[in-house]
Amino acid sequence: MASESVHKTLGVALVLCIVCAVIVSSAAVILRPAQEENKLLDLKTNILASAGLLQSGKGVEEQFEQITTRIVDLETGRFTDEVDPLTYDQRKASRDPKMSVALKPDDDLAKIKRKAKFATVYLVETDQGIDKIILPIKGYGLWSTLYGFLALESDLQTVAGIGFYEHAETPGLGGEIDNPTWKKTWIGKQAYNSGEMAISVVKGKVDLTRPESDYQIDGLAGATLTTRGVNNLVQFWLGNEGFQPLINFLKSGESYNG
Amino acid sequence: MDNVKNTLLEPVVSNNPIALQILGICSALAVTSSLKVSFVMCVALTVVCAFSNLFVSLIRHSIPGSIRIIVQMIIIASLVIVVDQVLKAVAYEISKQLSVFVGLIITNCIVMGRAEAFAMKNPPLPSFLDGIGNGLGYSVILLIVAFVRELFGSGTLWGYEIFAATTNGGWYVPNGMMLMPPSAFFLIGLLIWALRSWKKTQVEKPDFKITENSQASEVA
Repeated sequence: MASESVHKTLGVALVLCIVCAVIVSSAAVILRPAQEENKLLDLKTNILASAGLLQSGKGVEEQFEQITTRIVDLETGRFTDEVDPLTYDQRKASRDPKMSVALKPDDDLAKIKRKAKFATVYLVETDQGIDKIILPIKGYGLWSTLYGFLALESDLQTVAGIGFYEHAETPGLGGEIDNPTWKKTWIGKQAYNSGEMAISVVKGKVDLTRPESDYQIDGLAGATLTTRGVNNLVQFWLGNEGFQPLINFLKSGESYNG
Repeated sequence: MDNVKNTLLEPVVSNNPIALQILGICSALAVTSSLKVSFVMCVALTVVCAFSNLFVSLIRHSIPGSIRIIVQMIIIASLVIVVDQVLKAVAYEISKQLSVFVGLIITNCIVMGRAEAFAMKNPPLPSFLDGIGNGLGYSVILLIVAFVRELFGSGTLWGYEIFAATTNGGWYVPNGMMLMPPSAFFLIGLLIWALRSWKKTQVEKPDFKITENSQASEVA
């Protein structure tokens, strides 16, 4: 068969590879702007939705204008200008040894191994100060890393909302973290009890007659491990390794522009 | 004309890639927990299958036999990446839900199987139709399975509530097993059973026959 000579085989392989490479790379390059736009829009939608600010019918960009993006140094718990909030990518930074710190296994409740030095937080500000603060959270569930946002009210301890924008938990079981009814049960819960981090996600239903029910959220039925993951990651990010230093600093009443 | 209809429709019932050839089971288990996601998966697979068949068939005379599988793989992989990129740019929400499964079309045995079994030996147009036909055959099974799984697993269809689930304050206790991949195995098994009871020709001959019990008198 003519098709079987070594030269021809190499030739066909080479030509095919070049043609396919050109097609694939041009598709990626041509479509990139649209994809980036989608991604950004999706992120903004999720930020707004987690704080319960998203209104249908209005443009996301327009609604996002009320939000200020700030960078926090997680070590000191202060706002910083060391990196540009618009271009800083916390996810990329958490993989970069220069921009992140390794967590000791004991501290690593959320099982994320490395933590970025800086975190992007989103503020809704009014003349009186902060109205809502939206914190990025992430941690390991059952199958996947969950990425989301947790929003706190102006008192910096009442939960204003939660939302996960990326995860691969079992649909219908762990995937119920996207269930609007469940997400609503978070609203109004207290994250801190006289300065101590107190919030937890319990297994089963919260006993509403007990005083600690203000700090507890119902677990998801049939998703014990995802529930545990959510509990751990919320405790991690609201705790000392996460945003507690920032929150204590903000609560102490000093000018947060400092 | 009759031939066109045959190439297109034969894979739907009488030569179904999932039910008869038992190909592409992996994604049939993975994506069928919701109807909408399955639908997009079906469209993506049909497009990839049709075009990979077309391109493989176009260059079938220049493909050296020794590297034909790799050549098919490259064509399929390129197509899948393009489909994935397009989905990300146009239907971002859905591409997020499908996540890794679009990429896994590359490993879907139907695409590979049709390229090797049909497109390598047939002209471009019939190959293209064969790709669409097999895509449809795959889609039919996927949509049936997804219909059952979403209805009983979450009480919804296409995301709309049919049975009010207890998680939303209703009466229906969702069947958790329906949401797990193994349930698709059972459903596909039942479908194959039903199909083979209807079309007896699909029943395979047993590989061997157990001989009847020997009688006590013979042993004596």
